[in-house]
Amino acid sequence: MTGDDVKAMMLAVAQAIIDNVDVLSEADRATGDGDHGVGMRRGFEAAQDAIMALQAPTPEQVMKAAGTAIMAKGGGASGAIFGTLFRAGSKVLEGKDRLDAAGFAQFLAVASEAVQKRGGVITGQKTMVDALAPAAVASADGSSLAESMSRAAQAAEAGVEATRHMLATTGKARSLGERSLGHIDPGALSVSIILRAMRDRA
Amino acid sequence: MKTPKKILNEPRQATAEMMEGLILANDGRVGRVEGTGALFRTAIPDGKVALLIGGGSGHEPIFGGFVGHNLADGAACGEVFAAPGPDTICEAARAVHRGKGIIFLYCNYAGDNMNFDIAAELLGDEGIETRTIRVRDDVAAAPPERMDDRRGIAGAVLVVKVAGGAATELKDIAEIERIIRKAEANVRSMGVAVSAGSLPETGKPTFELGDDEIEVGMGAHGEAGVKRQKMVSADDITNQMMEPILGDMALAKGDEVVLLINNLGASTMMELLIVNRRVRQILARDGISVHRTFIGPWFTSQEMAGFSISLMKLDAELKRYIDLPSSSFGFSSL
Repeated sequence: MTGDDVKAMMLAVAQAIIDNVDVLSEADRATGDGDHGVGMRRGFEAAQDAIMALQAPTPEQVMKAAGTAIMAKGGGASGAIFGTLFRAGSKVLEGKDRLDAAGFAQFLAVASEAVQKRGGVITGQKTMVDALAPAAVASADGSSLAESMSRAAQAAEAGVEATRHMLATTGKARSLGERSLGHIDPGALSVSIILRAMRDRA
Repeated sequence: MKTPKKILNEPRQATAEMMEGLILANDGRVGRVEGTGALFRTAIPDGKVALLIGGGSGHEPIFGGFVGHNLADGAACGEVFAAPGPDTICEAARAVHRGKGIIFLYCNYAGDNMNFDIAAELLGDEGIETRTIRVRDDVAAAPPERMDDRRGIAGAVLVVKVAGGAATELKDIAEIERIIRKAEANVRSMGVAVSAGSLPETGKPTFELGDDEIEVGMGAHGEAGVKRQKMVSADDITNQMMEPILGDMALAKGDEVVLLINNLGASTMMELLIVNRRVRQILARDGISVHRTFIGPWFTSQEMAGFSISLMKLDAELKRYIDLPSSSFGFSSL
């Protein structure tokens, strides 16, 4: 995938988030304060603007511009987390003019690690990490970029379902305790939407 | 689901338009870094340790309305119920910095913690020193052994009051930090929600609560409390809130506190005064005296109905800063 392909893919990713604003907010209303969708939309609209402005970018530049815009304009926990995801991930793409399977797997691995560090969370706490971390692991087994992305999307989707049976122990949902059971984590759903949109462009 | 009535223009512009109105309401005493949620006092003396507060919007008058005399030097304001991003925090920090460092004072939420931490790292790269204090006053959120899981709610008003005074009178950032930490350690709060507030952008209530239900211990964004139950009397609700607050404070007979009853948005002053009556009966029973009482809407949650009770245990030092006259759009005391 060339830099321009990555640019087109990330524009589609942003559009997928924007199109799912109500789905994400509704998921958040069950366990949080119902603003996950609008926060993500703010961030990814800013990301679209930033990416659109790039001329013949490298994959790294696309991902970094997206992360920086999301962090600056998204706000809230989701802005910091999803901004960190793309910014941290972009660093492994430095100096590469193409995104390949190995680069993508590395991108997810580093992004997952950075997000866990920033949020002070590990897997099993009913957060977006429960979609991102398994996606990173699954993507490493792909023999092509398309296969890596497909595996990542599939693992993220399974991760979203897994959050349904987890107790929230961090974020605004943690005070729900047992009442958080039965609901998926909206951040994990966002990860899954992002990876699905990537797969569809691979 | 009934869509609540709100007086808005374009809902997505609600925060920006509110901010514009807030600046105008300050008649020149507060400025704003153009196009951002970074607010600053226009008359910050050189060499002052700056006090920067912040958090999501939608809780007006906090946070932006607490920029003022003997209060905060600046505020970094996010979108509704969403922490400000690091850029906004850095803009606000640069606008209030007078060469002596900045104290970040904000409520303990994952989003605020991450964004302020990122901002602190970026400012550190620019050579600007920051200290961080997080308010964790909500006893309903977690037991005392998990203080870091406690949310910051209206007790933050009292901490900002002390912090604003200390940061005006004192020069040493470490000394100011010590006093703010003491204020933070001495404050406890608990809230109750009677009906939900709604988000301007989605037009939807942030949680569901039956017509005859209340939730004791509910957080400022509708986070779950300790108990959902049928509506009971004002005295009963107050009893249920005071017990965990007092149980967490180790107050002794003869101790002095400052009392703050915060309107979450849509409750009436009449109700809050009825609550105050019961709070004072309980405190009198325990031989605890109230040095000052603040009752009003400071840390709101849109049109959420309900209130919170905050108590801060005082010593001579904290009393001094609680008593300093302060004024801002959202909070003034003589």
